[in-house]
Parts: sequence; C-alpha cells; structure tokens
Amino acid sequence: MADLQSQDYIRRSATNLTPPSVRHHELEVAKLIDVSRCIGCKACQSACMEWNNLRPEMEEFNGAYENPHDLNPGTWTLMRFAEYEDEQGNLEWLIRKDGCMHCEDPGCLKACPAPGAIVQYANGIVDFISENCIGCGYCVKGCPFNIPRISAQDHKSYKCTLCSDRVGVGLEPACVKTCPTGAIMFGSKDDMKDWAGERIAELKERGFQNAGLYDPPEVGGTHVMYVLHHADKPSLYSGLPDKPHISALVGAWKGVLKPLALAGLAFAAVSAFVHSIVSGPNETTEADEARARAEMEKAKRNGSAES
Amino acid sequence: MSYPKGTIVRNSTLTRVNHWITGLCFVLLTLSGLAMFHPVFFWLSNLFGSGQWMRALHPWLGVTLIVSFLGLFIQFWRDNLWNRDDVEWAKSLDKVLDNREEEVPPVGRFNAGQKVVFWGMALILPVLFVTGILIWEVYFGGATSIETQRVAVLIHSLGAIGAILIWITHVYAAIWVKGSMRAMLHGWVTPGWAHRHHRKWFQRLVATGSPGPTPDSTAKFREH
Amino acid sequence: MTNTWQDIKNANVVLVMGGNAAEAHPCGFKWVIEAKIENKAKLVVVDPRFTRTASVADVYAPIRPGTDIAFLSGVMRYLLENDAIQHAYVKAYTNASLIVKEGYGFEDGLFTGYNEEKRSYDKSSWDYELDEQGYAKSDDTWQHPRCVINLLKGHVARYTPELVSRICGTPQDKYLEICKIFASTAAPDKALTSLFALGWTQHSVGAQNIRAMAMVQLLLGNIGVAGGGMNALRGHSNIQGLTDVGLMSNLLPGYMTIPKDTDVSLDKYLETKQFKPLRPGQTSYWQNYRKFFVSFQKALYGDAAKAENNWAYDWLPKLDVDGYDVLRAFELMDNGQMNGYICQGFNPMQAFPDRGKIRRSLSKLKYLVVIDPLDTETANFWQDYGPQNPSKPAEIQTEVFQLPTTCFAEEDGSLVNSARWLQWHWKAADAPGQAKPDLWIMAGLYHRLKSMYAKDGGAFPDPILNLSWSYADPAEPQPAELAREMNGRALVDIKDDTGAVVLKAGQQLDGFAQLRDDGTTMSGCWIFAGSWTEKGNQMARRDASDPRDAGIAPNWAWAWPANRRILYNRASADLDGKAWNPHKPVIQWNGSKWVGFDVPDYGPTVKPQDGVGPFIMNQEGQGRLFARGLMVEGPFPEHYEPFESPAENVLHPKVKSNPAARVFPNDRKAMGTAQDFPYVGTTYRLTEHFHYWTKHALINAILQPEEFVEIGEALAKEKGIEQGGWVKVSSKRGQVICKAFVTKRIKPLMVDGKPTHVIGCPIHWGFTGVARKGYGANTLTPFVGDANTNTPEFKAFLLNIEKTNAPPAVDVAQGPRDAQGVPKSLTKVGSL
Repeated sequence: MADLQSQDYIRRSATNLTPPSVRHHELEVAKLIDVSRCIGCKACQSACMEWNNLRPEMEEFNGAYENPHDLNPGTWTLMRFAEYEDEQGNLEWLIRKDGCMHCEDPGCLKACPAPGAIVQYANGIVDFISENCIGCGYCVKGCPFNIPRISAQDHKSYKCTLCSDRVGVGLEPACVKTCPTGAIMFGSKDDMKDWAGERIAELKERGFQNAGLYDPPEVGGTHVMYVLHHADKPSLYSGLPDKPHISALVGAWKGVLKPLALAGLAFAAVSAFVHSIVSGPNETTEADEARARAEMEKAKRNGSAES
Repeated sequence: MSYPKGTIVRNSTLTRVNHWITGLCFVLLTLSGLAMFHPVFFWLSNLFGSGQWMRALHPWLGVTLIVSFLGLFIQFWRDNLWNRDDVEWAKSLDKVLDNREEEVPPVGRFNAGQKVVFWGMALILPVLFVTGILIWEVYFGGATSIETQRVAVLIHSLGAIGAILIWITHVYAAIWVKGSMRAMLHGWVTPGWAHRHHRKWFQRLVATGSPGPTPDSTAKFREH
Repeated sequence: MTNTWQDIKNANVVLVMGGNAAEAHPCGFKWVIEAKIENKAKLVVVDPRFTRTASVADVYAPIRPGTDIAFLSGVMRYLLENDAIQHAYVKAYTNASLIVKEGYGFEDGLFTGYNEEKRSYDKSSWDYELDEQGYAKSDDTWQHPRCVINLLKGHVARYTPELVSRICGTPQDKYLEICKIFASTAAPDKALTSLFALGWTQHSVGAQNIRAMAMVQLLLGNIGVAGGGMNALRGHSNIQGLTDVGLMSNLLPGYMTIPKDTDVSLDKYLETKQFKPLRPGQTSYWQNYRKFFVSFQKALYGDAAKAENNWAYDWLPKLDVDGYDVLRAFELMDNGQMNGYICQGFNPMQAFPDRGKIRRSLSKLKYLVVIDPLDTETANFWQDYGPQNPSKPAEIQTEVFQLPTTCFAEEDGSLVNSARWLQWHWKAADAPGQAKPDLWIMAGLYHRLKSMYAKDGGAFPDPILNLSWSYADPAEPQPAELAREMNGRALVDIKDDTGAVVLKAGQQLDGFAQLRDDGTTMSGCWIFAGSWTEKGNQMARRDASDPRDAGIAPNWAWAWPANRRILYNRASADLDGKAWNPHKPVIQWNGSKWVGFDVPDYGPTVKPQDGVGPFIMNQEGQGRLFARGLMVEGPFPEHYEPFESPAENVLHPKVKSNPAARVFPNDRKAMGTAQDFPYVGTTYRLTEHFHYWTKHALINAILQPEEFVEIGEALAKEKGIEQGGWVKVSSKRGQVICKAFVTKRIKPLMVDGKPTHVIGCPIHWGFTGVARKGYGANTLTPFVGDANTNTPEFKAFLLNIEKTNAPPAVDVAQGPRDAQGVPKSLTKVGSL
C-alpha cells in the first residue's frame, strides 16, 4: 500500500542489493490478537473492508459463520470459527482472526521473483507493492500460512497490509481501532509480548494450563501474534500451523538451486567457449567430399549393373 | 522448396519450420523463465513488455512448445532409437571432441550426443508442461494443494535448468559442427558432411537412392 | 440498566442469561472482558445455545427456552436453603419482613383471586396487612408465617435441583455449580451483575423472568452496588428513550400513565398515582406525581392548560382497554376495526409475530403511511416477491404512502442508551433524495390536521387546536427546541422558601425538584429535567474522565434521573452509611451528607439513622420480593410453559401456560401441538446484522448474506439434514425454506426424561435490501405476548423441520412481480 522510499525497507523481494534500511532505529511493531477475548463479532472484518475500501462478492450461506468463505483479494482478514470438544466433552468455540502474520522472515518475500513487489519495513510490516507484482503466485507457495490471494481481475497478489498506510502516520491498524473487546492490540513488539505474558498468566489462573503466545520462531517470529488458550495445539484454531516454516521445497528452490543453476549454466557456456577455442570448428573437408563422391559413384555403378 | 544440386536433404521444410517454432518458444521460455527464476535476469522481463505480460505469456509459450515438440518427436523418434553404434560412438567421444571424426565409428542419422539431446528434451519437456500447468496461477491456482504446487515449482525449475543445459549443448554443437546450422536453416547438407558425421545414414541414402532425409523417401536421388 | 455499561467492570460475577451480550452488544461487552481481566470476574452464561458470549464464558449451562423462572426460582431456593443471602441488606432494604394479608394464597398454579372467564386476577389479596395508620405490618424476626420471606421460601420450595433439571433440561451438576457461583456474591463486598435482553422479555412470562432475577439480586444484596444491578441491554440505540418519552400505548412521558376511561376526572386519575408511604417516614417519590403531570400538561397545551380546566385533563385520550399495544392493533386491523395506520420507524412485517397475519391485516387497511429511512417490507407488503412475500397486488386496496426520512446521522438529536445516558449527536451528512426529518413530516401533518379542524370543526377539535406550538419555524421544529422543552422551564419567577428568586421566568429548570403543580413550571418529560439547563446542553458533554477509575464518568453526557449513574445507590452503603464494599464505594455518609462519585439516589442530607429506605420510588422504600398487585399474573414469579411447548407443566398440569396472558381466539387456533411440531424454536439476532436495517448495507450483507437456521448434530442426523443443506422449517402459521447450519453448539436437552431439540432462527432476512432474500423468522412465531407488556413470545414456540430440495434460484433472487407474475425488474415499477 504505502510505497514510501527505499530507505524504509529492510527487505525487498528479488533484489540482491541489501536495502539501506536507515530506519533500523524504529521499534518493531506487532499486532497481538488475544483469542481468549475475541467474540467473533467481525467488526475487524468490516473495518478492514471500510478502511481499505474493499467489497468482496456477497456469497451464499454454506453452513458456517465464515463469510466470505475464505480469504480473497477483497477479504484481507477473516474470522474463522472452530467448534472443538475436548476429551471430557466440553465444548469450546475457538474463533480466530485470520490474515497475514507479517513474518520476520517472510516466505512470500523469499519466493517473490519480482523486484520490490514485496517489501518489509524496518518496523517489521511486510507489504505488497502491487505496482511491481507480476501475478505469478510464488508468494502463495512461499507463505507458510496460506495467506496471499491472487486477484482474477488484475492478477496481482493481495493480503493484509497491517494498515501500513495508517501505521506510517502514527495510527493503529483499522481492525485494532474497531475491536470492541480490545482483543486486538497494537504497539511495539516488546510491549505486546509483555502484555501477552500478563494475559497468559491470567488464563493459566483460569485453568488454561497450556495458554501461551503464538510467535513462531521457525519464521523468525511474527508481527501478528496470538494469545491462545491452547498454545500446545494451535491447529485447533481452524488449522493455524503448529510449526509454521517456509517449506523446505521453497527453501531449496529459492536457496541452493539459484546459485547452483547459475553456476551450471555458466559452466556449460564457458565449457563450450573453451572447447571452441581449443578444438576449433568441426569442418567438413574436401577429403570428406571426395570420399562421399567416391561412394556415390560406386553405388551408382552397382545400381546400373543391377538394372 | 528446391535444394542445390548434389546436396542431400537433411531436414524437410516441415521439420525445419517445426524445429524453429519449437526453438523460438524455447528461447522465449528460457528468457522469461530465467527472469522469474533469478533476480539477475529479471531485466529480461522488459523484452516482453512488462513482468505481468511475461508472466501471462510464459505458460502459453509452454503450451505452444509442447505441441510443437510433439511434431518433432513424431518425426524424429525412430531415428533416435538407441543402438550398438551409439555405444561405440560414445566410447570415442574424446575423438569426437577433438574433431578427429574419421577415427570415430560411423553412425546413422543421429549420433549418441544428438540422441541424448532428443531424449533429454523428450523427457524434460512433458515434465515442465505438467508442472507448469500445476503452477499456472490464472487457471489452475486453486486446482491443487499449495504443497503440490511447491513440489511442482521446484521440479519445474530443476527441469528447466536441465533443459537449458541440454539446449546450450545443442546450440553449441550446431555452431561447432559446421554445416549443421545450414542443415536446419535451409535443409541440405553436402554429401561430404553426411559422410563425415552420419556415414551410415549417408550410405543408406546412397544405397536406396534417396535424396533424404530418410532412405525410404520415394523421391529419386537428385543428380549433380 | 440500574447501573451503567462501564460499571460492569466492577462485577465479581457476570451473569448473561436471557440475552447474548457478545452477539447483540459487542461494544458494551468490552466491560465484561474488562471485569474478567481487571476484576478476575467469572462469566456465567445460561442459554439454549452455546453463543458467542458462551465462547468467552467460564461456565456455560444450557437451558430450554422459556424455563428461566424455574431455573431462577431454584436459585432462590438454593440461596435460602443454604443461607447464602446478604442478611442485613435483605432485612433492611427489602420487604422480606413485611406481613402479607390473610387470604393470600397459591394453589395448583394459581394465585388467589383468579377469574377464568376474564383470564385475570382480583389482586386485592396480594397485599400487606396494614396497621391502624395505614402502614404495612412487619416482623423483623421473620417468625411470622405470612411475612414475605417465609411466603417466598414456601413458594420456591418446590423448585428442587431435580425438578429444575427436569423442567429446564439443564444438567444438575452445571446448575448447582452456577448456584454456588451466585451464592458467592452474597458476601457484602461481592457483586453479581445480571445482563439480559430480549431473551427474557420476549416470553409470555417475560416480565416475571426479570422479576425473578431481580429477587435473586435483592437476596444477594446486589442492587444499588457497584458491579451489581439488573441491567437490561437495549436492542436499539434509543429504545430506552422510546419508553422514557412514553411511546407506549399506555404511557405518558416519564413513566406516567395514560388515563383510563374510568378516571373520569383529574382528581380520580391522581387518586391512584400519588402513592402514600406504606412505612413510616418513607420518601415514596411518586407523591410528586401531580407536579410532573401538571408540568407535562403545561408543555402540551401551554396557556390553554389552566387550573380552571383541570390543566386540560379532559383533552387527553382515555383508554378503554389496558393498552392499544401493537398485537391488539393488528388484531383490530385484521377484524376491520382499524382502517388506517401511520407506521413511523417500524417494520412490523419483519418485527411482529405471525407474518401471515400481519400481511393479511395490512391488506385490509384503507391507507398505510410508512415513515422510514429505508424501503421496508412493510411498505412493500402488497407486492408479489414470490414465496418470500406471496401478495396479490390486484386484490389489495390499501393505499400506501412512503415518506422517506432522515436517519440518525442526518440530523441532530439525542439518543438514550441502556445506561439511561442522554447523548447528544450531531448531523454528519445531508439526507439523500427527498428524505425529510421526522419533525418536518410530523409538523406538516399537524398543521394540515389543525387547519382541517379549524375549518370543518369535527367531533373533538380542542386537543389539536389548543396544542402549544411555539417553535422558531413552525413548519420544522428543531431537535434542540424539543430537547429544551422536555427539560422544562419556569413560566414565572420561581422563589424558594425564603422568597429569593431561584429561577426567573423563562429560564430552564435545573432538575425535577423545581417542578410545581400550580402551572408555574412546564416540562415535557420530568425525568429529563436537568438535561438542558441554563448551563446549556448537558447531553453534549464529552468529558470521559472517570475519577478513581470507579466506572462512573459523571461529566460524560447526562443520565436520567438527575445525572444519577447507579440507581438505588443508597443501597451500596450499609445501615450506617458505610459502603458494603469498601473497595468500591458509590456513595457514603460523611456525617453530614452523602458523598461519592455518583449523585445520591436519596435525600442528600437524610441521615442513615432515619431509616429511610433506599428504594425511594416504592411506597415501602424497600425492594420488593413480593410484588403486591403490580404484576398481572402474581406477586411471585411462577413457572408457566410457553404457549407452544413440547412439555407438560410438571408443577401443575392443569395450568400450563400463563393464566393471565391475553390470547385472541383466532391466534389460539393458530397454535400448534408437539405432535405436529415437535421441536422448540427460538429467534435471535446475529452480531453481523442489526435487525432488518443492515441487510440494506452491503458490508453487513457480505458478512452474513443469507437466511439460515441452526440445529444440533443429533437432530440433523435424525432428519438426514446435511451441513448447509436446504430445509423446510414450519410452524402452524407458516413455513420458511432456508439453509441449515448443523452445529455442536445446540445439543438436545433432557426435559422430563425426553430429548428436546432446539431450532435457532436468526431473524435478519427479508425481501428488500441487498442481502439475499429471505422469509423472515416471524413467519413462524406465535401471536401472543407477555401478560404485562404484550411483548411477543419470540423466544419459545414449536416447529417442525424437514430436509428439502433447493428452491429454484429465481425464487430467491428476484424482486417484485406484477399481476401476471412477470418480475417487476423487467417492467416499470408502479409508482405510488
């Protein structure tokens, strides 16, 4: 959304040069979603639509409170509802606000082939710069959380911007502003972690022994974190990955394969060149022609003899 | 199409057109593919107008390529079947590379190196096609799981690198072995060329009195 | 609300029963979360469904719709049996000690004095035994068998945990766990707050549901204290304001009542209003009724209201029935006795029970005027929208006038929230198209009527011709003018006892204490006096500061009465005037006066030793465990089954349902039995929508696009219904074809040994707006109301459900059709 200037970036997709990132003095921000306070009212969803001026298609009811049924180019955040019964038969309705996690080590950015289509600011926000997006869908493959969606209209990838346009001018994201129960909070990542600690202590007092913070280290931590009552089983919350990580396949593709392939291609080209210099061309000589002529003559004669 | 007198037809007009369609597609796919593979090549996207155009064209070029290559395959597969001569030829690869081809055992229409190129492409291109379909976001983005697509994109990249390596070999060989380029551009070779590089093919043409490219051709051998 | 939204954070226990605060009041629900986090409060939810509120609760218990009184009576039994009541509070601040007349009794489901033919009670036996001075007799030792506390013990003794579970279907262990949590707040420094809404009111025993809980709160000493109270969460931004200004068919502004036709004179009318104290020295504030009433008449008729004409008493309409509530109004329309209908800001086609009857009734009108910002179903009732509204326009003669109005954001004005705060709001945008303010429309109607009466005379022109109408622009009175009028002003110089002038003629009143019954003051709504004083518009104040974080922001807007935030707050202090909970005082006696964050609901200098009760509006000065004759079906709540119920009344099979509720004969015929309709239906809102308004708003429609019902997995399995599959839901009155949401959150309840399935029916979809077309849950609901208020019984009725095929898409998607059945979108929509 907010493509400001390159000095703001600490990471930039498909770019070999390291951005200057002079803004490293900025605090890293984080959105903390306290699932234990969330009532699933979808105010965040409508605020997201309002602020970003999105109106995804009105769908049908299909046997779930999730509407729209999934994230899409016009739905950057979505409440997901899971009815979970524990071993004792106690019902819990686990409601989770889904959307971009703004990984510290963003898989989308890693996978993106278009220079500057995905950037990360010094405050940690991962943003899609639509103008540079080529619509290949590699970000979808790179994301461990299944977040980016490609628009069928303009073939560009869209997701939550963490309201980088608001945060950039000192406002909180629209969902945070609107959340009626304070289940979504925003601030420096350190503050959010401290606050999460208090919340987790309180949840443990209430009997949620496995309450904890979801800030997965496998992706370097995230700038959107959850307080979960069952942090030991994140997948209960509509399939939040237990151990999210950038797929090893993507790692290989965007890691080791790139230099290896370049080396291989260069090697082949250089070898050919060297061979050309050392051995020179393979030319058909007059002797070859003479031998060919001789064989042709001979065949002709044999042919006439036979006929 | 007429050919100079006393020459042998190496590739028919159909073959040559078919080849160059394939070749053009391959080159464009290589350029766009590399642009999407590694940032150092992203500038190549400008050749296609923009990154978006490039992303949109690449899969269609792939579809064209696979259809086109199928035509080549039908025309070439018989002559690319592996035989004892190829083993002997391969054993003398050092001499081949050293341009001492007189000392190399004779081969038919294609030598073992060409056959490796042929079968390499015949193997890799369908893989690229299938994996390419899986990651063709516009039409098949939601058709398979993301994990499948991750596998597909990795295989697609590996395959593409393999195909490009083969292609470099192919192109260099055409430059290196003089007369090859003409054979694919204009279709004909001199008898000496045929004798030097594909003696058994030459001899069979001579024996059947065929003008090429295949011995069973019905046309009469062209007089000098 | 007796307390405020903010004050919920002071609670130790939050009970959400008879409501779904997280779903319907997500913004206010922040204070529940605050209570949990900052006050370590427990959240208890009792609801037929595992709701959004239940998703953040500490304890959840299911209950069969319509059995709350059994549950709460059981709680009272538990509290009394385990002596878990706040003794000093109950003894001093409730009528527990007062002695009830001999002759009062309860037997087989009926209180004394029942008249079966009239379906009503002679309530004369439901009262106290009086002494020679006319004061109620009392026994502070609670030894007298007829003192209220002992009668209550006897009344609730039947509601054993076994019986409660048998009636409600609530598992006994969950029920007892909740009783224990209730009991924990009997400690003087602990409070439980009761948050409820239409889950309690929309029953044939709605008012008694709330009374039962109020009695629990009195026993626990939780009324008047911080974090306590009976807190009705209002379902509209201004529904509190609606009742405050008397928009009920039996009320005048400020909870005064419309005279009955038996009140033949002003004196006769006031005889039953100016309540004399029933205990010595009590405030009994309604003694001032005459001041409120005369000031109201002066506001209404100005100089034309004079002592000589009894302040124009004769110009007021007189009721010949208890009230012309909307159920009665539609019954009259259906019978052809009401022929015209001005429908302002209301959508009965969606909001009233038995939609078939509503449509039929509207079809019999001569004219219908719809004044609304939206293109409502009511305004379009005559159009053929297919199965969602199968009207035949050619057969309907009703002339419909649609007058588009501004909405709240397009005009200045005030809204009264649940916490009785009058909050001024400012116009944010111009209205679209031809929309005009309601005031402009009403003024236009008035002037035309007035000129017709002036010209043609008529049967009774005086009330119209003499109406006071002193606005700067008579054609469009401004909200500020009306607000000032409701506050009231002095009509002459007002002097205090010393003769000093307190208010000059024309000055705004400071509060209702300044009202006079001699025609020297006027006030359009006495409880609003103080909202717009000489200091200006108090409703527009926006100071959110909350001294000492007590949950009271006295300078934010203005609360009636007298900017008091917690009603009955004298009860937050003990008999000596010290706070029961020293950590959360509201007001305390400092030796010479009452001080605290809140305005005392008490004489500011009345000494604690004087024994004046905190419930100053009541004649006893006490909270009533025994309601005397103020409820139509009995002084104690009793469990009666909903009018449509799958179960017998196990307490008294002969008296199954509320014996005092009014049912019109045709509507009784339209009630189904459990044999044909075996499942319990209940209706409710979803948080994504606001009633029938937001289906006109695209974002809300995106968030919850289409009509559905919620059913449990067991019922779905039994009926072969798939997740998201089409079903036909029917009652004796109609059917809805929609999708099914199969959920774990509704489980069969074991009622009297039988599994009882509940079907949840969200209410939001209709045939106008941008969301997908729906039938409306009111197609199914029965036409019967609460015995006291006639609020319809939307929360418990009988249904059947069957799997069905998807309807042809055309039925769901298309708009109105013409007489030939051609969709109107293909032709030109006829103009009105």
